[in-house]
Amino acid sequence: MATAAPPSANAFQAHHDDHAHHHDADHKPPFFQRWFMSTNHKDIGTLYLIFAICAGIIGGAVSGIMRAELAAPGVQYMGWWVDFLGGGPADFDKNGHMWNVLVSAHGLIMVFFMVMPAMIGGFGNWFVPLMIGAPDMAFPRMNNISFWLTVAGFLSLMFSAFVPGGTGLGAGTGWTVYAPLSTSGSVGPAVDFAIFSLHLAGAGSIMGAINFITTIFNMRAPGMTLHKMPLFVWSVLVTAFLLLLALPVLAAAITMLITDRNFGTTFFDQAGGGDPILYQHLFWFFGHPEVYIMILPGFGMISQIVATFSRKPVFGYLGMAYAMVAIGVIGFVVWAHHMYTTGLDVNTKMYFTAATMLIAVPTGVKIFSWVATMWGGSLEFKSPMVWALGFIFLFTVGGVTGVVLANGGVDDNLHDTYYVVAHFHYVLSMGAVFSLFAAFYYWFPKMSGRWHSEVLAHLHFWGFFIGVNVIFFPMHFLGMNGMPRRYVDYTPAFSYWNEVASIGYVIMACSMLVFFVNIAWALVAGRRAEGNYWGEGATTLEWTLSSPPPFHQYETLPVIESHHDYHNHIGPADGRPAH
Amino acid sequence: MNLGILASRPARRLLPLLAALALGSGAMPAAAAPANEPGAAVTSVEDTQSPNVASENVSAAAAAEPSTNNAVIGEQPANGYTPLGPEWIKGQPSDGALTFQEQHTPDGHYALWMHDAILLPLIVAICLIVLGLLLWVVARYNRRANAVPSRTSHNTLIEVIWTAVPVLILVAIAVPSITLLSRQYRSPPEDSLTVKVTGYQWYWGYSYPDNGGFEVISNMTDEADALARGLPPQLAVDNRMVVPVGEPIRIQTTGADVIHSFGIPSLWFKIDAVPGRLNERVMFIEEPGIYYGQCFELCGARHAYMPVAIEAVPRPQFEAWLLSKGGTLGGAEAEGQAAPALSPPQEPESGVEGAPGAGAPPTGDTAPATPAAEAA
Repeated sequence: MATAAPPSANAFQAHHDDHAHHHDADHKPPFFQRWFMSTNHKDIGTLYLIFAICAGIIGGAVSGIMRAELAAPGVQYMGWWVDFLGGGPADFDKNGHMWNVLVSAHGLIMVFFMVMPAMIGGFGNWFVPLMIGAPDMAFPRMNNISFWLTVAGFLSLMFSAFVPGGTGLGAGTGWTVYAPLSTSGSVGPAVDFAIFSLHLAGAGSIMGAINFITTIFNMRAPGMTLHKMPLFVWSVLVTAFLLLLALPVLAAAITMLITDRNFGTTFFDQAGGGDPILYQHLFWFFGHPEVYIMILPGFGMISQIVATFSRKPVFGYLGMAYAMVAIGVIGFVVWAHHMYTTGLDVNTKMYFTAATMLIAVPTGVKIFSWVATMWGGSLEFKSPMVWALGFIFLFTVGGVTGVVLANGGVDDNLHDTYYVVAHFHYVLSMGAVFSLFAAFYYWFPKMSGRWHSEVLAHLHFWGFFIGVNVIFFPMHFLGMNGMPRRYVDYTPAFSYWNEVASIGYVIMACSMLVFFVNIAWALVAGRRAEGNYWGEGATTLEWTLSSPPPFHQYETLPVIESHHDYHNHIGPADGRPAH
Repeated sequence: MNLGILASRPARRLLPLLAALALGSGAMPAAAAPANEPGAAVTSVEDTQSPNVASENVSAAAAAEPSTNNAVIGEQPANGYTPLGPEWIKGQPSDGALTFQEQHTPDGHYALWMHDAILLPLIVAICLIVLGLLLWVVARYNRRANAVPSRTSHNTLIEVIWTAVPVLILVAIAVPSITLLSRQYRSPPEDSLTVKVTGYQWYWGYSYPDNGGFEVISNMTDEADALARGLPPQLAVDNRMVVPVGEPIRIQTTGADVIHSFGIPSLWFKIDAVPGRLNERVMFIEEPGIYYGQCFELCGARHAYMPVAIEAVPRPQFEAWLLSKGGTLGGAEAEGQAAPALSPPQEPESGVEGAPGAGAPPTGDTAPATPAAEAA
């Protein structure tokens, strides 16, 4: 610093220094600015992941309360929770309402505050820019707003549990928030706060979707055409379009709920010329794409992982990419299969039966292509690969029960039974969550720079695999035998498989302890990870960077070599060796 | 988490669980023999409602009637009606069951056949194929067995095959699936009994608009009372929905406050009770008995405590029950005319444009069919 220089030169010099700092890849802002005012896609991704883990712990604890309650007939624990949360004195109706609050909270937390933030906000933020060779997201400040809106939405949902919601404290409407239970059926502000929570999270997700679409379309490194993008980026792109098109419909529907509740409108009230079924159409027009929003990024992750540990490019890359596009498109025209018993006419039911079954075709293409990717490969069973194998099998099991449920006439007996609960937990709790764990073990050393224990990761896998199957497979039996969903209590004839399922929860919970021990151990004492720790199978751009990557990466944009004739295999971008 | 409850019977239960996980699905088709042959798929509802079946059921019920004298539920025998006792329970869940409840309607038999003979074998086969493929690649293509990976990334033929074959399988599923739907949506004959089911928070009301319009309010029986009477707790009710056996019944559902869902697993029947809407579906119960169901749509704090109990009895007993409730026999049998109460008053259709009751201008050269002609 030239102290003798005139003030103007000083100012220039200071500005210049500041400028230089911004180009310093390893310059990190102070703690508060870094984590609360972040514009860095990797830090925001980390925040999303931490948030999703916290929400997942709460949502998982709620399901633990539920499995404890359902372990035997009768109402055992609800009264204690009513008193604990301040809604006492507990009575029969408050206990039943408490159950409905738990069911609603579990669904909303897991969908909006665990799976979506982890998949899209967490891994999407972290790895979409890295994989396409971009320095950051297109709109870094909007990225920050997206995250904090999600946090605000979560707090609003948590707050709703402590204010009146009709029969007791909290919103007991189910995650679907069907009118008129959510309007005239739930007096008090709890449902308003739950709806507001969805508004906030939805706004955050819409902004995130805009950010991803803009980033992927405009910020790919030179030479990376759309058809050379890694499949994970494809999956996030399709997901972002689903979010952009579906969430505004949800926002409209729940805004109409708010006005029905507070401002005297009657969109969903038959007494004023409205119709409760209109809400269901609007909700499921969002709700069905939503289930693909939760699983598509998982498809992308599994494709990356299977290719890496087979040391082979993904089989049928274009088919895989456009299968996701097809799933996204068809996902918008099958919504009423969630409404088969609402009184749809026969032609409507026939159409939705046929359209729904059609989704099995692109899904089958993906399953078979993963198998074909492994076929002829040189498989290495590191923890991400084991989770990916588990994903492929369990997602298949969940998918085929979807084919059963797609039949409108068969669904008459299975609708709103535990068969449906089994089905969507096989595709989400095993599908989406297995892909999340696979991705976590795949990229954790990349994100943290430290190795987790592979032994503990395998132990976690087997405990979780056995646990969730013991929880959810018997639910097929319960559902076929006629047990309805969302019941706090059941006739003793349903007790056998319910008890088994609750035992499964204990197994699953123990495996989660292994997971947390593993992370904690890795962060404290894990050995350092090199840049490309998975070796020659890992070919996408993030493996050309150090672990963790520099605070700002790709100050010189990588150039994608054009002579590769196979997809999803991108050579070292900047001329450095991949290792 | 109450570990005591969870660990109470684990050892005894571990083996059946593992057996069920390993074999259960595959064993199911054998366990639940399909009641309908595939050929029966084209049989119409009318065919299955042959008078033989109905009269057999009636005589079976009549023969068994003395045993119902011990019935302790409901009111005392009045005008020849006695509520059926617990020995008549035909539709209820059973503990540890692996599959559907036994079906007691023609559509239920068809749907169960479709599940057991088509869907279940198919989905088990698909899962086993995928599992087999995964185990094969794990065994054959692991790093020790195959150190050098191939670079194969395309094979158009196999991609076409694994796209086209699922399409063909789904088309094959669609045929019985569409058939099932069209069967479930058949209109009941004009003169069939109408029961209007109303969902309330948190009980059911069953009204009989053609038979005096009275409404039976059905509440869940207290657990201790139910057990004392030999009835399943949380399924038993104080007043059942009594209907005649062996004839089509027009079920109409609506909701009084929030949405409920009227579902009976052993009849393969579920239809939502939506405020402001009247949903209609035909129900045909093949044999006398008690069929339990529950509310299937989240409806508030006591959602789990508003069971459905349907009692199907022979026509004479049903009429005796109607009279005991202060109802009238109504309907075509009693008054020799179609019951007018439900269908909105409508003029006979006129061919003269603009005349009262005129429908849309005729587009063909055939006379418009009347609803009665369609039903016949």
